[in-house]
Amino acid sequence: MSALGTVGQDVAAPPPPRRRGRKVVPYVLLLPGLLWLVLFFIVPMIFLFSQSLQQGSLDQGYTMTWHWQTYVDAFQLYWPQFLRSFIYALIATALALLIGYPVAYTIAFKSGRWKNFLLVLVIAPFFTSFLLRTLSWQTILSSNGRVYSFFVKTHLLNLLQAGPYPLVTGNQLLNTPLAVITGLTYNFMPFMVLPLFASLDRIDIRLLEAGADLYGRPWTAFRKVTWPLSLPGVVAGTLLTFIPAAGDYINSKLLGNPNTTMIGQVIDGQFLRVTDYPTAAALSFTLMAAILVLVSIYVWRAGTEELV
Amino acid sequence: MSDPAGARPDVQQDGDLRIVQVTKQFGSFTAVDDLTLTIPQGSFFALLGPSGCGKTTTLRMVAGLEDLTLGQILIGDKDITGTKPYRRPVNTVFQNYALFPHLDIFENVAFGLRRRRQPEVKRRVDEALELVELSHLARRKPAQLSGGQQQRVALARAIVNRPSVLLLDEPLGALDLKLRRQMQIELKRIQTEVGITFVHVTHDQEEAMTMADTIAVMNAGRVEQMGDPATLYENPSTTFVANFLGQSNLIRATVSGTAGDDLLLVASGQKLVLPRSRAATTSDELLVGVRPEKIRVDADGAAATLDGMNVLTGGVVSDTSFTGVSTQYLVRMPWGQELMVFAQNVGVEVLRPGTKVTLSWVPSHTFGLDAAQDAQAGVEIEGEEPAPAVGVGS
Repeated sequence: MSALGTVGQDVAAPPPPRRRGRKVVPYVLLLPGLLWLVLFFIVPMIFLFSQSLQQGSLDQGYTMTWHWQTYVDAFQLYWPQFLRSFIYALIATALALLIGYPVAYTIAFKSGRWKNFLLVLVIAPFFTSFLLRTLSWQTILSSNGRVYSFFVKTHLLNLLQAGPYPLVTGNQLLNTPLAVITGLTYNFMPFMVLPLFASLDRIDIRLLEAGADLYGRPWTAFRKVTWPLSLPGVVAGTLLTFIPAAGDYINSKLLGNPNTTMIGQVIDGQFLRVTDYPTAAALSFTLMAAILVLVSIYVWRAGTEELV
Repeated sequence: MSDPAGARPDVQQDGDLRIVQVTKQFGSFTAVDDLTLTIPQGSFFALLGPSGCGKTTTLRMVAGLEDLTLGQILIGDKDITGTKPYRRPVNTVFQNYALFPHLDIFENVAFGLRRRRQPEVKRRVDEALELVELSHLARRKPAQLSGGQQQRVALARAIVNRPSVLLLDEPLGALDLKLRRQMQIELKRIQTEVGITFVHVTHDQEEAMTMADTIAVMNAGRVEQMGDPATLYENPSTTFVANFLGQSNLIRATVSGTAGDDLLLVASGQKLVLPRSRAATTSDELLVGVRPEKIRVDADGAAATLDGMNVLTGGVVSDTSFTGVSTQYLVRMPWGQELMVFAQNVGVEVLRPGTKVTLSWVPSHTFGLDAAQDAQAGVEIEGEEPAPAVGVGS
C-alpha cells in the first residue's frame, strides 16, 4: 500500500545531515515489531512450509522428503473449493462495497454531529464474538423466521433457486450459498466501511464545491471528483474484505451445506479432523500464494497514479 | 448539454450582477443583512471587509453554494436565486484553490469545458494556460506546483469557461507578500484582457485598492460605503471605512460657523476648515479626519508658511520610526490624542521624540464624519488573520 504515498515528496528539500547516533534510533524503535514478526509469522511460516513437504503420520512422526507431489494432489482434489472461495469472497466484497460505500459516504459528508456515534455503530458488531454473530444468522435465516416467509411470499425464493448456479437450494435460506455470502458480507462489512470512511472524510469539501461550480451535476461530480479521490479507501476496503473472506471457514461451516465448502474449511478439516498435516500445510500455502497473486494484480491494475 | 441560454456564458448579454435585498442567517446569526448591490458587467469589483463581515457568504450565495434566507440574485434580467451551482454562468476561484489533486493541470482546466461538452477543449485549455503562463506545466499534478502556480491554475480553470461573473475568494491570501503584489498586477491584466466581471472578496485593503474599479466596504453584513478606491480613500463616509481602508487621524470638533463652501470648526480650541462637500454629516458635532501622509510636520521655530492651511499647534513627537520610504511619527497633542504622521524622506531632518512640532495640511484633504460613531471602528488589530473559508466564515 505504499502506493498511497503523496505525490510531490520529490520536491522536498534533502534532510539536514544528522549525527551518527540518531541513525540507530529508528531501528531500535522497529525492533519489537520486527521481533514479533519473526517469532509469530516468519518462523511459523517456515515450519508450515517444511511441514508441507514432509511425509508420514501424526502417530509415526513426519520426515522431510521434499514431497512436492502433495501440492499437486491437494490442488487436484480441492480446486473446486479454491474456486468457490474466491467467487464467494469476490461476491461478498462487491456487495460490501455496494452497501458500504453509501454508508461511509453518509457518515463522512451528511452525518454532522452524529458522525462519531455512527462510526461506533459500524464497529459495534466487534463487541460480540465473531462466532456468535454468525450463529445468530442461523436464527435470522431459519425456515421459521420472518425473512424466510418474506422470501417465500414474494416468490424471491423460487427466483433464487432458478438458473444453473442457484444461490438458494433445497427450499430454504439457511445452508445455502446465499447464506454463506450473506454471512461473509456482514462479517467483513466494517473492514470495508472504515477505510472508505477514512478516505471520504479526508476529501476537502471545497473540491466537491469546485466540482459543482465547474458545471458538474451531482452524479458527474461524484464520478469525476469524489469517486477517484476515494479510490485509496476502495482499494484498502476491498483488500481488507476480500483477503479474510477468501480464507474464512466459519461462515461456510455454520451457514452453508456440503456443497458450499470453502477452502478455509477444508484446511481446518485437514488439520484438526483428518490430521493430514502436509496436505493442510500445502493447501494453506497455495491459498496464500493465490491471494498474493490476485492482490498484486489488483493493486497493480488499480493503478498507483490515481491514488494521490 | 441543453442548458438554457442563461447558462451559456459564451453568449454575451447584458450581464450586470444584481444582489437585491439579500439576507442570510445562520441560526440566529445574521451574516448578510439586507444587502443590495449592482455590479456592472465587465467591472472589477471588490468586496472588502474584516473576517466575519459577510463578504464570503455573499460570494458563496452568488456561486450558489449557499442558500439565501431572503432576497434575489440576478444576472442581467435572469433570476438565478434558486439555480443550482452547476447551472449558473458563474465560476469561483476558491480560497485555497481547490484544485483536483487526482487530475493534472490540463484536466483541471478542462474540467468545466468537458462537463458542458464544449468543443475545442484542447485549444481553449491551451489558451487559458497561456494566459496564466503555465503552458509548460500542463501535465503536472497540482501537488507538484508552487502556491503561486496553483493560484494561476485555479484562475485559468475558472476563466476558461468564460463565465458571466468570476468570483474570487481571497485569491491571494495564501501567497507571500512579494508574490501577492505580482499576482495583483497579473489579475488586473487578465481581467482587462478577458473583460469578465470579477467579484473579488478580500480583507486586504491594499489588494482591493490595487485591483478594483469599485470597492464595497462591508461591515457586519452591510455595505458601509461603495465607490472607486480613490473616493473611498480620500473621502470616507464612516469611521469604519476611514480606519479600515488605510489609517486615519480622527479629531473631535464642533462646527462654529460657515465661510462660503467651507465649514469652520473648532477642535480643542484650535480652528480648522472643512469643505462642506467633504462632510458626511449635517451634525454640528464632527470627527475631523485627515490621512497621516497628508500632514506636514514642522519643528516649532522652523520657517514655514502656513497660510490657508489647517494648522494644529502644541504637538510633541512621542515616537519616531524610520521605515525607509517614509518616517512615521506619533505626535501627542495638547488634548492627549496621538496623531499619526507619515513624512516622506526627502532629505529633511528626522525629528526626534520630544521635539515640539506644528502639524499642517491642506483643508481639501480634510473629511468630516458623524461624531456619533465609534472613532475606533475598523481599526485593524495587529496580526489578525482572515477567517478560514470553511463553514460560516466571513
